[in-house]
Amino acid sequence: MKLIIIGLLSGIISGMGIGGGSILIPALVLFNNIPQIEAQGINLIVFIPISIIALFIHKKEGNLELKYGKKIIIGGVIGATIGSLIALRTNPDNLRRYFGFFLLLIGIYEFFKKNRPNN
Amino acid sequence: MEKNNLKLIGLGLITGFINGIFGSGGGTIIVPSMVFLLNMEDYKAHATAISIILPLSIISTVIYFFHNTIPISVALKVAIGGLIGSYIGAKILNKIPTNILRKIFGCVIIYTAIRMIWK
Repeated sequence: MKLIIIGLLSGIISGMGIGGGSILIPALVLFNNIPQIEAQGINLIVFIPISIIALFIHKKEGNLELKYGKKIIIGGVIGATIGSLIALRTNPDNLRRYFGFFLLLIGIYEFFKKNRPNN
Repeated sequence: MEKNNLKLIGLGLITGFINGIFGSGGGTIIVPSMVFLLNMEDYKAHATAISIILPLSIISTVIYFFHNTIPISVALKVAIGGLIGSYIGAKILNKIPTNILRKIFGCVIIYTAIRMIWK
């Protein structure tokens, strides 16, 4: 039940467009003692069905801009492979600390970010 | 044109790398990048980001999965909560002031980050 609630809360946050993973991963690590690498793996796989549904909705509403996507994805595929392989070779406690520093930057950014009007 | 292609591929590289090494955070990089570098509107950037992160997350998931770092039973429970949560999140997106929400979210994330670093 705890896991479903953690999923629910991070889902609400991600549905609102502010990084669900930044809630989900720490919640799994801090409240369920799941190793950092497994928490990251769970976040990755859970994102797949959720984002497929989100994509269908956005496509219907015409919010998708596919012009740049292909080239970004080409670079992204290489980056994703390198990043994943490094994560798997990193000591889990260190990985958790690096993740923490990254999270700290996100938190500071979100706090000081100004909402831009959509026009 | 040539320079622009390099910019897009480089942006993809960084996004994929972060998303792979931390199992999250790709959106945090790509959304502001598309808004500021490609002058995309916020709501379009959010939607487009999903179409870019999805294939990258699939690649990372496959790599993580074959290294036995994804506990499926945990992932299933989180996914159930996540699917319901993201639906709720998308529905209430325009009904609450995201500016205040971002400030609260930023504080929670900063606190969480410190706990992740010093766990």
